[in-house]
Amino acid sequence: MLQTLQETAMRLSTLDRDVVAIAWLSLRVSLSAVAIGLVLGIPIGAILAVTAFPGRAALVGLLNAFMGLPPVIVGLVLYLVLSRSGPFGSLGLLFTPIAMVAAQAVLATPLVAALTRQVVADAEAHLGEQLRSLGLSAPRRALALIHDTRFSLVTAALAAFGRAISEIGAVLVVGGNIDGHTRTMTTAISLETQKGDLSLALALGLVLIGIVVAVNAVAALLRGHAARAYG
Amino acid sequence: MPSLHCENLGLRLNGTTILDGLDAVIPPAGVTALIGPNGAGKSATLRVIDGLIPPTSGRMRIIADGPVRRAFVFQRPALVRASALANVALGLVPLKLPRTEREARSHAALARVGLAHRARDPATRFSGGEQQRLALARAWAVEPDLLLADEPTANLDPAATELVEGLIADMAARGTKVVLVSHNLGQVMRLAADVLVLARGKAVEHGPARAILTSPQRPETRAYLSGELPWTSFAAAS
Amino acid sequence: MDLLRRRLLARGFAATLGLVGALGSAPSLRAEPASIVVASTTSTEQSGLFKHLLPAFEAKSGIAVKVVALGTGQALDAARRGDADVVLVHDRPAEDKFLAEGFATQRRDVMYNDFVLVGPKADPAGVKGSDVVAAFTELAGAKAPFVSRGDRSGTHSAELRTWKDAGIDLAAVRGDWYRDVGQGMGPALNAASALNAYILADRGTWLAFKNRGELAILVEGDKRLFNPYGVMLVNPAKHPSVKVKEGQAFIDWLVSPEGQGAIAGYRIGGEQLFFPSAAH
Repeated sequence: MLQTLQETAMRLSTLDRDVVAIAWLSLRVSLSAVAIGLVLGIPIGAILAVTAFPGRAALVGLLNAFMGLPPVIVGLVLYLVLSRSGPFGSLGLLFTPIAMVAAQAVLATPLVAALTRQVVADAEAHLGEQLRSLGLSAPRRALALIHDTRFSLVTAALAAFGRAISEIGAVLVVGGNIDGHTRTMTTAISLETQKGDLSLALALGLVLIGIVVAVNAVAALLRGHAARAYG
Repeated sequence: MPSLHCENLGLRLNGTTILDGLDAVIPPAGVTALIGPNGAGKSATLRVIDGLIPPTSGRMRIIADGPVRRAFVFQRPALVRASALANVALGLVPLKLPRTEREARSHAALARVGLAHRARDPATRFSGGEQQRLALARAWAVEPDLLLADEPTANLDPAATELVEGLIADMAARGTKVVLVSHNLGQVMRLAADVLVLARGKAVEHGPARAILTSPQRPETRAYLSGELPWTSFAAAS
Repeated sequence: MDLLRRRLLARGFAATLGLVGALGSAPSLRAEPASIVVASTTSTEQSGLFKHLLPAFEAKSGIAVKVVALGTGQALDAARRGDADVVLVHDRPAEDKFLAEGFATQRRDVMYNDFVLVGPKADPAGVKGSDVVAAFTELAGAKAPFVSRGDRSGTHSAELRTWKDAGIDLAAVRGDWYRDVGQGMGPALNAASALNAYILADRGTWLAFKNRGELAILVEGDKRLFNPYGVMLVNPAKHPSVKVKEGQAFIDWLVSPEGQGAIAGYRIGGEQLFFPSAAH
């Protein structure tokens, strides 16, 4: 154990350009997936929070359950859809970063939607009556509440990012862990573990944790700054 | 201006009777005050008039020449985490005005409540009095036919109360029908032309403000008015 | 559009466009002008062979080779679905079946290495030697801890053939001692290392494997442990998406003197992992 840690420290100091490229790909894929998850998930969650219709409770329950969607299942379904023999095979997207973005977006969207619904529903309890009495339409009320809760929604974005960057099941299946093309931090860590190179795997793991901590720190700084400037 | 016909309104929420066959015709001009003890159904009546809550039974009819533009001012102002200007402008969205017109009207409304210099400041940082003035600016900007105000000065100091009362009187003078819920009988005397007394979800007495406040006819009204605290302190009286 | 909505939408769009722009402008995320997908085995990937071979081919041809490392069975299945242009695998019966089904029209020998029986240095079952069938008979008799790939890979097929050659009905004798891990060569070796168990491994992955613990090679050199690799272009008649020109160029290079020389030149600790075998 101690020896592995010493080796890990040494490996960290000599991480090469490959690792930087892998980390950069992981970051881009997961941030893109989160961006898609936010664009889709925030409106879905907010609309669910401000409207009432038959079956809404069931839909919310389903959404909450989908927060725990197993990545490997998402990967498998997307694999079958994107495979050359599948319905979207002609797009040639299997084993590309775009397929990985799509898989992680599928994971991120219900998470963002469910957290947004919760946050916006809390704000709705306080502001909903006023917004309805102003005669605003449901989409317009949703937009006002999204604006009102924008600092809290940063947390939803961070949760989605954490889920996306740390998952391996989906990216491994639809990305194929191709060296230099679709190898991410998690698939690289898994590969090095399989090769028995535990110190390199651990060094990569520390880099991944560093990325997650850095992204969270940047978000916290921005959020704090914005909240101070704009109550 | 709209006249408001409350026809045998009934409202039950979670098994509790809130309104129990409320009948009243609220005249189309001036300020009408709704008074009565806590739990009488005053706030619920305002919400039924506004359409926020549909009555369980009976009918709410608003009779007017054209569409009735409404505004609601709550006891606790509900403001979005955005600038004062954006909060006022939000109320003008359903009017579908051109952007320049909407901003001009928002600025004018802020100026009317004395907050012009704070247009760009975050509304949620305002003091309680400023927030309620902002809520009234939002109502003012809409130029409503009907203003529903639910204890708008309950949390305010005397100076802020005076400002808010001035705004309400102004709007009434401009032709807005105002329905005001208040426990402040001095305020009712200053603002209201007529008073509707509610008790246990029913309308028990309706008439000119001075007549009701000085010579109430119904025991419910007398009981409510006699509960008002004396001007002198308890210590001085004993 | 009012103030509130414009600002929110503008920010949202700016952030999204920025991210998508960063994504799209990155070279590796755009479709390469020429690239092929090679479905291959965990042994070739995890032994480091492809990292050694591909830069030479890519520099010469300008064709990017994307290797998806799977078990032989999975690799052939991916090719059957049209998700690969070329397969490079090591399970002759499965390859012949693939050919017979018409998913490829030609198979070329590329190289071979061999399997080795790895186990605890102390060798409690006493299998050390050069006869793998005798060794497997001993293992079953002693019920010595054994780790199986269990993933329909070429190595798994070779293991099952060896039990059969030893006249052992695996279904009848398997018990706690027989651990079916259902994973690639590396994870299976990790498991064997942790359990101090016997395992059939390909020499290439074993040589590149770092977490050996108490394990060592016990049986090697038996001709039944010969492990040939074949390469096939997926039949474009089955899947028109197959990149015939680029895929064939890769196969031609692999079996060319240059490619064969590159294979022979891959060594770990001075030891050669794969032996070229293309017929000319």
